Amino acid sequence: MMNEIMPGLALQKVDERIMTLNVGPQHPGSGHMRLVVQIDGDYIVACDPDPGYVHRGEEKMAEYRNYILNIPHLERPVIHDSCNVLYPYVLGVEEILGIEVPERAKYVRVIASELNRCIYIMYWLAIYGIFLGHSTMFMWPAGDRELLIDLMEKMTGARVTHAHFVPGGVRNDLPPNFEDVCLRHVNYFEKRIKEYSAVFYDNPILIARTRDTGVLSRQDAIRLGTTGSVLRASGVDYDLRKKEPYDAYDELDIHTNVMKEGDSYARSRIPWLDMMESCNIIRQALQKMPKSGSVRVKLKPNPKGKGDQTVYKRVESGRGSLGCYVVSNGKPEPYRLKLSVPSFRNLIALPYLLKGEKLGNMPSVYWSLNYWPVEADR
Amino acid sequence: MSTNSDKSATDVKSEEKPVPAAKPAPKPVAKKPEEIPVELPAFEKGISDKIVEKFGDKVEVAFVKEDRVRINVSRENVLDVAEFIRDGLNFDHVESVTGVDFPQDKEIEVVYHIGSYSDSTLARQIIVLATRAQREENPIPGNDSTKLPTLRNIFYSVEFHEREIFEMLGVYFDGHPDNRRLLLPEDWADLPPLRKDFVLKGR
Repeated sequence: MMNEIMPGLALQKVDERIMTLNVGPQHPGSGHMRLVVQIDGDYIVACDPDPGYVHRGEEKMAEYRNYILNIPHLERPVIHDSCNVLYPYVLGVEEILGIEVPERAKYVRVIASELNRCIYIMYWLAIYGIFLGHSTMFMWPAGDRELLIDLMEKMTGARVTHAHFVPGGVRNDLPPNFEDVCLRHVNYFEKRIKEYSAVFYDNPILIARTRDTGVLSRQDAIRLGTTGSVLRASGVDYDLRKKEPYDAYDELDIHTNVMKEGDSYARSRIPWLDMMESCNIIRQALQKMPKSGSVRVKLKPNPKGKGDQTVYKRVESGRGSLGCYVVSNGKPEPYRLKLSVPSFRNLIALPYLLKGEKLGNMPSVYWSLNYWPVEADR
Repeated sequence: MSTNSDKSATDVKSEEKPVPAAKPAPKPVAKKPEEIPVELPAFEKGISDKIVEKFGDKVEVAFVKEDRVRINVSRENVLDVAEFIRDGLNFDHVESVTGVDFPQDKEIEVVYHIGSYSDSTLARQIIVLATRAQREENPIPGNDSTKLPTLRNIFYSVEFHEREIFEMLGVYFDGHPDNRRLLLPEDWADLPPLRKDFVLKGR
């Protein structure tokens, strides 16, 4: 298999110097995926990612369930970011069914989606820390994440898989006094993540290990169609919350974090900056949110769209732009549903980044891609 | 504006008096909903006009909506149109590639969602480029007529997406350097699973 031409790589003649390493699929450093890595001494010559070990056929399952029944299983690809992964689907179904969402629901969605983004990034940061051998950076995010999970529990009733967004709004209104609790938690959370810079981001060991490793140039980032933090770390100013605002995002003031270096350090710093921006957005949303009103348009059972329609909606998730293409043929079930997930789109950059790197840098480059194997496989 | 509306209002009134009132009344009501969809978003219309101007009858504009333009192309012309979208219209990456099975048409549709990072005026826009491959009842993936030209040489980002379409729907992409399995197990010997005749057990 390895003798075939591999994507985007001019493979050198395989001789005795080259050794093939299987990293994964059970290896904790690769997540639920396999990386076939060829090394010459300590240097990576070629890398062939092999995802698919957690492929669950979400898209096929969606063809058998109606628009409402699809909600809980579609958030399974990224349970830590369950609101965002469901968001484009819900927006798409709303367009197919022709529903207008109440104003308050739009803000509740923004708050839920930003809280979820922070929860996801904290989880990712914990893993990134532990694979660089920084145990404190595993414990702190894993602990501080609980703050926001408690908030989401108050809001939705579930700690991780919320199934909170439904076509027509959100499932439940905010509990009483939520705004105050949320503001307090978010303020503390922001203060807390600022402390990470001293222990992690300004740490000379981290900088030495991640600076100038796995550099992705601006042109390559665009050409490979990467997205999210990977794209923004390479100097492309692109955030869908600002470029194509959905729901209440056009009424909020959003700053896009961009770095020009394109190395692992930039890619690991951008999500951290994003969390602070999320705190800003949550505070704005809490202020601008209508204090009362409906949060959900009630739908008929088995809602269906009129005739043949196709919709492509996208949102900015914790990992980047997440698109959902829904084909409807007038039945209660979607005819075809495709999730275009950021992890899958960013995966194509991995062989480029790893080529010529030391094997010891593999975890830092791989995890800096903000990759979530379960999402890529769907 | 005010004078115009006054004139038309008076016109209608003058017409109503001699003619029975029921007839002219439904006409403007019927016209209005027709006019609203005709009024396409100007920027998106400009994009689709450029493509139509270049290719004429070879392309079919399926819809022009806010931020979305959908173009249907035959498989012979998909390469030329994609190249024009990249070079002439400044779109630079493919976000999503979807295969949709249509057994009743004996065709499989492959839909490319093309976006632009480098041109900030196009940041909201997505061109939906759809083409169709022939579908066979008993597929032998890779060795039957279900083939399309690959867009990898035009948009590099389609590489993994097209690999996924090949295993999930059996559409072979001619010229793609790497048509190995991606997500499915290596020993998968059933129908391509996203085809409609692959039915989930118990459903």
